[in-house]
Amino acid sequence: MGLIFDSVREAVRILAHNRADVYEIAWRSIEVSATATILSLLLGVGLGATLAFRRFRGRMIALTLVNTGMGLPPVVVGLFIAILLLRSGPLGQLDWIYSKKAMIIAQTVIATPVISGFTAASLSALHPKLRLQIYALGASRAQMLWLVLKEIRLPLLAAIMAGFGAAISEVGASVAVGGNVAGQTRVLTGAILLEQSKGNYDVALALGLILLAMMVAVNALFTWVQVGAAHDRWRADEPDTLHTEPSLPVALPWRSR
Amino acid sequence: MAQPLTTPPKLAAVGLAVRRAGGAIVDVASLELAAGEVLAVIGPNGAGKSTLLLHLALLQRPDAGEILFDGAPVRGRELSLRRRMAVVFQEPLLLDGAVRANVETGLRLRGVPRSERQRRAAHWLSRFGIDALAARSTRTLSGGEAQRVSLARAFALDPEVLLLDEPFAALDRPARETITGDLAAVLAETRTTTVLVTHDHDEAARLGHRVAVLMRGRIVQSGAPAEVFGAPATEEVAAFVGIETMIPARVIGRSGGLVALIAGTQTIDAVDQGGLPFDEALVCLRPEDISLSRAGEAAATSARNSVTGRVRRIVATGADARIEIDCGFTLTARITRRSLDELDLDAGTDVTASFKATAVHLIPRP
Repeated sequence: MGLIFDSVREAVRILAHNRADVYEIAWRSIEVSATATILSLLLGVGLGATLAFRRFRGRMIALTLVNTGMGLPPVVVGLFIAILLLRSGPLGQLDWIYSKKAMIIAQTVIATPVISGFTAASLSALHPKLRLQIYALGASRAQMLWLVLKEIRLPLLAAIMAGFGAAISEVGASVAVGGNVAGQTRVLTGAILLEQSKGNYDVALALGLILLAMMVAVNALFTWVQVGAAHDRWRADEPDTLHTEPSLPVALPWRSR
Repeated sequence: MAQPLTTPPKLAAVGLAVRRAGGAIVDVASLELAAGEVLAVIGPNGAGKSTLLLHLALLQRPDAGEILFDGAPVRGRELSLRRRMAVVFQEPLLLDGAVRANVETGLRLRGVPRSERQRRAAHWLSRFGIDALAARSTRTLSGGEAQRVSLARAFALDPEVLLLDEPFAALDRPARETITGDLAAVLAETRTTTVLVTHDHDEAARLGHRVAVLMRGRIVQSGAPAEVFGAPATEEVAAFVGIETMIPARVIGRSGGLVALIAGTQTIDAVDQGGLPFDEALVCLRPEDISLSRAGEAAATSARNSVTGRVRRIVATGADARIEIDCGFTLTARITRRSLDELDLDAGTDVTASFKATAVHLIPRP
């Protein structure tokens, strides 16, 4: 218990003393993971919509791969991307290995299946004729996609939270492709791993608490948005005449043309 | 510039074919819909009604043939033409959110200014008697209310063509009766060109100016409701439109605009329909056109035909009763429960069935 109290005290002390290096690591974590989540959102929604709406050869295989990807081991992702980006690898000329770009790619690969899986499942659960109805209302393809995404905004927010959580909490891929270089590619998970390996459990735990606090803050924000959206779905003037059939006024005052 | 001599149909399908693995599910050589006309498409389940409607609504592309809008092919103009149409499906398919926002959705997609959107939504919500629901979430609506919202959403678009795919099939009878009446009033007022797909004969007869019967993807008969329901072209159509009595008969004479036929041992007089030269025909009778009396009791009737038989079975359904009578052939009559009680009928009772020569429809047989 003493270790935990010491760690909490150390975390408070670190935050209170406004240590630039810690804030820098925390900010880098958010920067890398938020960028990866945004990229995953763009890719994942497109992939999810394709899997939900299109019927093509190999769709079952693609769905299986996406579902498998939702539990992809980060260290394996890191390994593959490192091989691609190493100077001797096929994408070596990009010179992205041990950079934030490499970490963003790795985290995007981890978060994309999560978001596409949620998106595909949510879109598949919509009424099969809803898309036709939206088209029949005069929607273009882009307008249709926007309206169906609005329909699944609650599960989509959950997907974003899950994607961001998967990205910011992974360590294997970030260390493998970022190298955990101080001042350049070190993020909270990598820093925790490093401090723990040095036996600085109090600092590691302090950094862990900062990471948890950040995740709670981000998820609280999304949950607030989600609850608001859920409330909007049901918010109404409380009905006092549910399940009654209104009668039609006799006169037609005018007809718009 | 020279004006065309005749107005082209508002919507038409020419050589329309939709194929699936098992073969053609829609094969319509020609279908035309005049401006302001309400066409009811009826047919059994799986006949291809909804598929036909999806193609007329430009929501699917046919494997062959063409859809014409105002006489011009639609290919390449689907989006702009879809914005001149509206579709209401069996399920209301409302979007999450308030009723008013739903009614405005199609207008928003067309870039209609907010004030105009609000004006039209308010009008049509009021027109369908649901203005009090404007701020309500669509999740709190009953089936009937939701379908009214769906209709208001469609009419708010001021469509040139309205396509209705069994819009009231999921509603209970009282709700269906009310909303059908309301829709009939609106259609009469707006004169919107409409295609109504339904399997409800009453709905088709009530709303349709013309009824088309679709079977196995083909239109097998098209005409005024009285013609289709009273004078079906084939045995298959007759069975579908509710003609329960179809008796094979042979022509034994023609005179004075009447044709005499013999069915079993009974003679039946029918109006000679156009004097077609046939020797064999199916005598078709609607159950509601047959009146019954107990055998041997004089019944006050001007009916030309009277046949005797014995009640085989009585099936009471709601306010009516369906009576199967063995006359050497099976005759099915429908009478009210009150008449059933007054006649004191039971299985085995001997009865006289009367029907007018004009009630007999003949389908020539080869």
